[in-house]
Amino acid sequence: MWRFLLTVIRRDLLLAARRKGDWLTSQFFFVMVVSMFPLGIGADPEQLRRVAGGVLWVAALLASLLSLQRLYADDHRDGSLEQMLLSPQPALILALGKAIAHWLIFGLPLLVIAPLLGLQFALPPDAIGTLVIALAIGTPVLSLLGGVGAALTLGLRGGGTLLTLLILPLYVPALIFGAGAVDGVLAGLGAEAQLSLLGAFMGLCLLLAPWVTGAALRVSVD
Amino acid sequence: MRFPVILHEHLFSNPWLMQLSAHDLTCQRGDRLLFSGLQMDLQAGQLLLVQGGNGRGKTSFLRLLSGLSQPEAGEVRWNGESIDRVRETYQQSMVYLAHANGVKDDLTPVENVQIYAGLRGQKRVPAEIEPVLVRMGLAACLDLPARVLSFGQRRRVALAGLLVSGALLWILDEPLTGLDVRGVAEVETLLREHVQAGGMVVMTTHQPLRLQGVDTVMLQIGPVMQVDGSVSAPANEAA
Repeated sequence: MWRFLLTVIRRDLLLAARRKGDWLTSQFFFVMVVSMFPLGIGADPEQLRRVAGGVLWVAALLASLLSLQRLYADDHRDGSLEQMLLSPQPALILALGKAIAHWLIFGLPLLVIAPLLGLQFALPPDAIGTLVIALAIGTPVLSLLGGVGAALTLGLRGGGTLLTLLILPLYVPALIFGAGAVDGVLAGLGAEAQLSLLGAFMGLCLLLAPWVTGAALRVSVD
Repeated sequence: MRFPVILHEHLFSNPWLMQLSAHDLTCQRGDRLLFSGLQMDLQAGQLLLVQGGNGRGKTSFLRLLSGLSQPEAGEVRWNGESIDRVRETYQQSMVYLAHANGVKDDLTPVENVQIYAGLRGQKRVPAEIEPVLVRMGLAACLDLPARVLSFGQRRRVALAGLLVSGALLWILDEPLTGLDVRGVAEVETLLREHVQAGGMVVMTTHQPLRLQGVDTVMLQIGPVMQVDGSVSAPANEAA
C-alpha cells in the first residue's frame, strides 16, 4: 500500500517536473489576482490591511480551481486512470496520493509566495505568520475537496465551469476560518479559535474526501 | 455449466488451478442491451478469443471481466468467488490492456513501465525493465519521452508493462492495433509462451492470429459475421 501511495505521488511530481508551465500557471494567477487589488482599491495601508486576509484566500481558492481541472483529466484521457484504478489497492489510496501530490505542487509554493504578497498589503509580521499557518492548514482542504470536484466532473463537457460551481461553495468554511484567522490577529483577538476550526475542517476533509473521490472515480470510468 | 471445485487456500499458488468464469452476464449501455445471459469459462493454459462485430460489446465484456464496469446482472468469478469479493487478489493476478495505452507522454518507456509496476505494488529497477523493452523492439528509444514515439511503439511500451508485471491473466483489448508485421509476430509468440506456461488470456482482435498449439476457446458476442479460418477451435456458447 505504501509503495502504491508513494508511486502515485512520485509519478505526479515527476510529471509536474516535466511540464513546469502547467502548474506554474496557477501560481502566477494567484500572484496576479492578489496584485490587482492594491492597484484597484488604492494604496491606503489601513484599507489594504483590512481586506488582505480575504483577498489572499479568495485568490488561493480561484488559483486552486485552475489547477484542479487537470488533476484527473489528463490521466483519464490517456487511459492511465483506468490502470491506476485496476491496481490492487483501493481507489481511496489513489485519491489520497493524488491530493497529496497536488498539495505539494500547488499548496506548498503558495505558502512561500504568500508572505511576500502579505507585505504588499502592509500586513504586520504576526499577521503574516498567521496567514502562512492558516494557508498551511487550509490549502490541503483545497486539494482534498478539489479532488472530489475533479473526479465528479471527469469526462463532462464544460467540466471546468461545473467544477467551479460545485466546489466553491464547499470551500466556504476554509475561506471563513482562514481569512478570519488573519483578521483576528489584526483585531488583537488572536487566531487560535479560527485555526482550530480550520484544522477540524481539514481533518474532516482528510477522512471523507479521498473516500468520496475514489467512489466518484469508479463511477466516472464505468 | 461446470461449477468450480472448491480448493484449499494454499493450492491457489499453483497457476494451473486458476479459473475465470462469467455467469449469466448481462450488459446494458444506455438503453441498448448488448448481451444477456453470457456464460464463459476459462482455465489456466487457455486463450479466450472474443469475437463479434463493431459495437457488439466486446470492449464492454472485457471491462466487465476486468472489474472496471459492473454488470447489469450476473457476475464474474475468479476461482469460484465473485471478483468484487476477492478484488485485491484478482487485480493482483490480472492486467488489462485497454484501447488507450495508459502511457504517459512526458515519461520515457522505462519510467512508464517502472511506474506501471509500482502501481501494482512491485519494485522494478531499470535493469529489469530494459531487456523487456528491448525484446519489444524499443531498444532505440529507451530514454526518449513517449511523446515522440509512434502509436505502435507506445502500444509496445504498454505490452512491456504486461510482461514485467508477471500477471497470470491478461485481458487484451485489440492488442495488435498499430503493430507492424514483426510486432504482431512478437505478440503471437508472447501469447503462446504465456498460455503454454499456464497463463490465461482473454483478447479481442479483428486480425487473423496464428496460434498453433495454443488451447483456444472462442466466444461469439452478437451474430457471426464471418468465419475465421486461422483458428480451428469450435465456437463456444453464443451470447
